[in-house]
Amino acid sequence: MTESSQTKNLLKDHVIIDKAIEPNAGWRDLPIGAVIPKGGTSRQFTTGDWRTIRPVWSPEKCIHCHRCWLYCPDMCWVSEDKKIQGVDLTNCKGCGICANVCPTKVHAIEMHPEDTKTEHTAGED
Amino acid sequence: MALQEKLTKTAALTGNEAAAQAMRQIHPDVVAAYPITPQTEIVQLYSTFVNDGIVHTEYVAVESEHSALSATIGAAAAGARSMTATSSNGLAYMWEMLYIAAGLRLPIVMPVVNRALSGPINIHCDHSDTMGARDAGWIQIYSENAQEMYDNLIQAVRIAENPDIMLPVMVTMDGFIISHGMENVELLPDRAVEEFIGEYRYPYALLDIENPRTIGPLTLQDFYFEHKRAQADAVVKAKTVILKVGEEYGQLTDRSYELIESYRMEDAEYALVVLGSTAGTAKYVIDELRQDGEKYGLVKIRVCRPFPAVRLGEVLSRVTAVGVMDRADSFSGEGGPIFAEVRAALYGVSHRPHCINYIYGLGGRDIGPDLIRSAALDIKSLKDGSESDSLVRYLGVRE
Ligand code: SF4
Ligand code: SF4
Repeated sequence: MTESSQTKNLLKDHVIIDKAIEPNAGWRDLPIGAVIPKGGTSRQFTTGDWRTIRPVWSPEKCIHCHRCWLYCPDMCWVSEDKKIQGVDLTNCKGCGICANVCPTKVHAIEMHPEDTKTEHTAGED
Repeated sequence: MALQEKLTKTAALTGNEAAAQAMRQIHPDVVAAYPITPQTEIVQLYSTFVNDGIVHTEYVAVESEHSALSATIGAAAAGARSMTATSSNGLAYMWEMLYIAAGLRLPIVMPVVNRALSGPINIHCDHSDTMGARDAGWIQIYSENAQEMYDNLIQAVRIAENPDIMLPVMVTMDGFIISHGMENVELLPDRAVEEFIGEYRYPYALLDIENPRTIGPLTLQDFYFEHKRAQADAVVKAKTVILKVGEEYGQLTDRSYELIESYRMEDAEYALVVLGSTAGTAKYVIDELRQDGEKYGLVKIRVCRPFPAVRLGEVLSRVTAVGVMDRADSFSGEGGPIFAEVRAALYGVSHRPHCINYIYGLGGRDIGPDLIRSAALDIKSLKDGSESDSLVRYLGVRE
């Protein structure tokens, strides 16, 4: 194959690089083979879509040990000035790890079914 | 480019040796392989080239064909020109990875030496292995003899790596009949092959650490369909690229290639459709029939994926009757795979010829001139309605 057509192809890929993760991109605009041609795109994948149960936090019980903050695989727990502020559910997939690691005697996090009204969250999905 | 230089040399080679020579000249960065009869000799010879320092290829001896193609896929995704080779049950064992190679659009070139699938176990030629893989998304090129195997492999690199195509290609030859039969093969100078295929540059190479990327991500209801649609488009576009590469190869070697080969079809009234080594014997039979004043012609399908339906319709719409020869059964009760597709290709033509199927040569059963001649004479007797007696006829089987 010729050098120029290769280069052109690379340029084309460069231009459409963001389409790889653009939800409405048509088949002609996508990089071939489902390649995601750049890094860090998982930030745009909101794993909170899957959740069937959500953590409900009781600030009055919380001792701010930060175990939930440390163990959450999606970094959902928000901390400011060494105090837990709540949980941002955008990427919370409802795995329940936070409720599990919260000290037994404290029990500041409970997992509730998704249809339950919740308070004390730092952000809504 | 100095592609016109014709310092070719002729050597007596088996099909496997011709394939190994083509691979040596293609000089892939990585070869991952596992031996299986009748393909073994190809990778064995290639490993000798590696051992003797003739090629600077990373040779990965793996533990199975599934691993052979997996390693080849990994190497291709990393940005290396990568090849493997297989046969029969080895190809079957690659099945999962075949679809992945095509879906990831990795331009892998793989010689496949056609051999019957077990069971009962058999090591000889039929096309059940590659015919079963015809919907895996690979381009498929069938070779009539060792020369074509050599030529097709070199062209396959250009076809696979074309930026508009980026699909894997399997190039086949008939097990033992071609792979172990010795013929005169005209080899190009190494440098001419090097110039013809050009440098390999995979645009998404994983080893390009400046540009991190993900290959093989999860795509669900949201993206999978679009990627398959694009893959289907690449297969259609491959027809043009295959023709262009075949023509350019012809300028280099005086052997140009198309999707199909028409043999004495100009004024033919009856035609046989064949693939692979049987085409050679069938041409001999056609010549004999022509000497007897019978207007017979032959169509050899060289490229089976993409399927040359339009071309077949063009050449076959002029004849009265067509006999399609399949070296594999589809076990659909409606004949072999090539028959189904040729018949479908004839549906849209204005003058539709009679069309019946001959399944032959399974498990390496010999197909000589007499059998081909009997099939040729058989289609001459077809009249309206007579096909339905037996649309599918088994040629050379003991009753
Ligand atoms: S349920 Fe899982 S994902 Fe959600 S906040 Fe707790 S640990 Fe994080
Ligand atoms: S683990 Fe429980 S107690 Fe510790 S910070 Fe989180 S919610 Fe508060």
